[in-house]
Amino acid sequence: MQLGVPRETGPGERRVAATPATVKKLTKWGYEVVIEAGAGAGAKIDDAAYEEAGATIDPSGDAAWGADVVLKVNAPAAGDERHEVDRLKDGATIASLVFPVGKDDLLKRYADKSVTALALDQVPRISRAQKMDVLSSMANIAGYRAVIEASHHYSGFFAGQMTAAGRTRPAQVLIIGAGVAGLAAIAAARGLGAEVYVFDVRPAVKEQAESLGARFLLLDVAMEGGETSGGYADIMSDEFIAAEMALFREKAKDIDIVITTALIPGKKAPVLFTEDMVETMKTGGVVVDLAAEQGGNCALTEADKVVVKHGVTIIGYTDMTSRLAAHASQFFATNLTHLLDDMGKHEDFKVDLEDIVVRKALVAHEGAVTWPCPPEVEEKARVAAQPPKPEADASVEARKAATPAKAGVSNFAGGLVASAVGVAALYGIGMYAPSEFMQHFTVFVLSCFIGWQVVWNVTPALHTPLMSVTNAISGIIIVGGILQATTGEVSLATILGAVAVLVASINIAGGFLVTQRMLAMFRKEA
Amino acid sequence: MITEAQSMPTVLYVIAAVLFILSLGGLASQETARRGNTYGIVGMVLAILATFLLGDFEGWNLTAQVMIYGSVAVGGAIGAVLALRVAMTAMPELVAILHSFVGLAAVFVGWSSFLHPHSGAEELSKAAQNVHLVEIWVGVFIGAITFTGSVVAWAKLNGRVSGKPLLMPQRHMINLAAVVGSLILLFPFLDAGSGFGFTLLLIMSLVAFGLGWHLVMAIGGADMPVVVSLLNSYSGWAAAAAGFMLSNDLLIVTGALVGSSGAILSYIMCHAMNRSIWNVVFGGFGTDGGGEPVQVGEAKSADDCNHTDADEVAQAAKDARSIVIVPGYGMAVARAQHLVREFSDQMKKNGATVRYAIHPVAGRLPGHMNVLLAEAGVPYDTVLEMEELNDDFPETDLVLVIGANDIVNPGAETDPASPIYGMPVLQVWKSKKVVVFKRSMRMGYAGVANELFFNENTDMLFGDAKDTVQAILNALSGKAAA
Repeated sequence: MQLGVPRETGPGERRVAATPATVKKLTKWGYEVVIEAGAGAGAKIDDAAYEEAGATIDPSGDAAWGADVVLKVNAPAAGDERHEVDRLKDGATIASLVFPVGKDDLLKRYADKSVTALALDQVPRISRAQKMDVLSSMANIAGYRAVIEASHHYSGFFAGQMTAAGRTRPAQVLIIGAGVAGLAAIAAARGLGAEVYVFDVRPAVKEQAESLGARFLLLDVAMEGGETSGGYADIMSDEFIAAEMALFREKAKDIDIVITTALIPGKKAPVLFTEDMVETMKTGGVVVDLAAEQGGNCALTEADKVVVKHGVTIIGYTDMTSRLAAHASQFFATNLTHLLDDMGKHEDFKVDLEDIVVRKALVAHEGAVTWPCPPEVEEKARVAAQPPKPEADASVEARKAATPAKAGVSNFAGGLVASAVGVAALYGIGMYAPSEFMQHFTVFVLSCFIGWQVVWNVTPALHTPLMSVTNAISGIIIVGGILQATTGEVSLATILGAVAVLVASINIAGGFLVTQRMLAMFRKEA
Repeated sequence: MITEAQSMPTVLYVIAAVLFILSLGGLASQETARRGNTYGIVGMVLAILATFLLGDFEGWNLTAQVMIYGSVAVGGAIGAVLALRVAMTAMPELVAILHSFVGLAAVFVGWSSFLHPHSGAEELSKAAQNVHLVEIWVGVFIGAITFTGSVVAWAKLNGRVSGKPLLMPQRHMINLAAVVGSLILLFPFLDAGSGFGFTLLLIMSLVAFGLGWHLVMAIGGADMPVVVSLLNSYSGWAAAAAGFMLSNDLLIVTGALVGSSGAILSYIMCHAMNRSIWNVVFGGFGTDGGGEPVQVGEAKSADDCNHTDADEVAQAAKDARSIVIVPGYGMAVARAQHLVREFSDQMKKNGATVRYAIHPVAGRLPGHMNVLLAEAGVPYDTVLEMEELNDDFPETDLVLVIGANDIVNPGAETDPASPIYGMPVLQVWKSKKVVVFKRSMRMGYAGVANELFFNENTDMLFGDAKDTVQAILNALSGKAAA
């Protein structure tokens, strides 16, 4: 089967849907991979690298478009002469980003050509599908890049400086939305040394944000759940929004850099950062709006542009991931191969409508538009995305908490019983045993304690040598053998003693030698 | 009552006892361990010298000398050959069989002591004589159990006997009957004369031999580390019991040291498996793959996990800054430790930090993995314990799990239904990427499915560990040449 990777034609698109590493994997599965010449140029991958990985280079792009399976970053678009969908073979399979809302024309074209089209952006957010979730992998990149772009336009240090030439405060960064992009932005900004504040309507993400070293801003109003089945933030109530706005207004005057990442799937991005907030920001501040493509979270954002308003630079790039084209391509291509892997690789490749991941991603199949999904599939995806029931968690926690307590009580009781038995036994022995025995007994008990104290100090790495050396030492029973072998004339008693000497000698020699051998091997790093 | 002639041996005994204690103390760290072994050897030589001084000179005739020197020479030679020939992977077997010798020697010394009491027991009071007889009884009993138990453990470890537990019907009753029977036989033994008494002693020895055999036969191959530690302890108690019957304090001291050492090891192992000693000894839980594994959790097959190949692992390793290797028994079986060390050396040259994480029950003997890695030349300061490393996993780029299973099972922390729930495990799943080297999807010894294999950040690399590690090395050198 042929698999084609055409060159991306969208404006500013520098990513590519396959890398030499994924080509290698796809060829191994049995695909004949065809790459359009120059497909990897934007991501700095030259054609030779693809060829080396086993692909053939197609100068015109017709073979790549005409393959049985086509991998793309963006959905086919209307070209100068003809729509790119028309370059596809009838009945072919194509996987790319689609964002099907309002793309009825594209879906119809797919259906007319009986194309099987998979929309990577529709892959459900369930744990099994994480490896195919391009939205997450791209959001991660966008979040990181947002910080890098901000650092370009911000004319100060991120990390605080303390030098002979004076000191500066660390940059104050506010990140709105702690999704994948927001978390990546926190990590990047913290990595550069900034102080990071995070706001999100979902209290559940507080812990994640804090684990990356950000300070989570809380609202006074009761937090709402704020989460849809897919883990995205939902639209909030008026009262909530008012409180949120007040918080941003309050915070804006101290903030140097704002990064907004609030997206609601399939809807216009909510405006969270208004003009008056920009005005209150210090001159030289920077706003990076990752929602620019969907209208922007900042009221003054202009898509694909950098504008300066009220002394604040507002960045509205919509091609953040293409600005990191090499790694974005790597992630994207890997997500795609995971999807193919899930669908049966090569020989067993099939569109399994029972597979919830495939069904959700499928937007056109066998001549029909299959988007949006029927509600029962949505329901299945929603159930699959549910986190484990909190009751179950609670019971585990309760059990965890209860076990040590219970164990503690029974340990204590056990210890009490054991010491009582021990004391009684000692008393019994003291009453009846002859004094010579008591002397030996004293030695015995003290030795046990010494052994107990000494052996706990042995490092676990040397437990095997410990066993072999104690083995050798317990060959001390040779003393018993010698004593018995010398008790008089040759008799069964002396012969048994001699055999004991023989057996114990094996122990002594074997134990010490093998210990020596083992210990000689332990060496420290030079 | 210490006479002039006895003072010198007693002094030597005290020195020997102190040297033995120092010997164990020396094992506290690798730097002092070799010195510790030397202390042990010196102590043993002193002890034997002292015993010759203490010897009953009436009996110190030519025959006795020939018998003793001959025995020492033959035994020493056998021991030396065993010690120098044994492969490090076969250490557990050697340790097990050495325990059996101590047990056997204790039995012989017990029998001999009954036949010919060393310190003129005829003159003892009735009470003292009874105490002496009880000491013989206990010494022989423990020695006999140690002997057969160790032989069975040895046979199970080297595969001569199936690792599958032998679960006889009413096995607890059989054990109980053997113990109670031995106790009951003690009473006629106390009053019997030397002839009938010896018969009783032999009968009891047979019962104890049977008990040792049966106890260990009922324990699964996977629990052998605990059993070997436990038998280590028994061999010590057997020596201590011999010390009581011969009124020899050095035997008592040494036996007690060894006994408590083995007890601590057993405790550590049980704790690491989150099981009680009773559960191990009477549970028959650790099946050796031959038994029907208890499937826990939903059935998943190899198709549900991510497969990888040597090239990809080599690439991931080149990109990783911090690597942790978790070796398990599978690595020992494949004898892959030398290749693993070669791999880690290359990675270190590449600038990555490479560390090894050892779970207390990895391998077939406490500390077994450490010995194998040391044999391969892995510096011991890069080999860390579970507690030392568990917090570092979130900052680790790549974890290679080589032939280990249950000790990296997240179910032990999350799934209360799992039989290993509560067992401390290496939290490898918290790292950025995990590659599991495994022969097949077969379950670990606990017979529990492992969720780790199906995790998003886990890749599976199937095959014999030696072959797969070699393939990775090839991939690395191929790329270096290109």
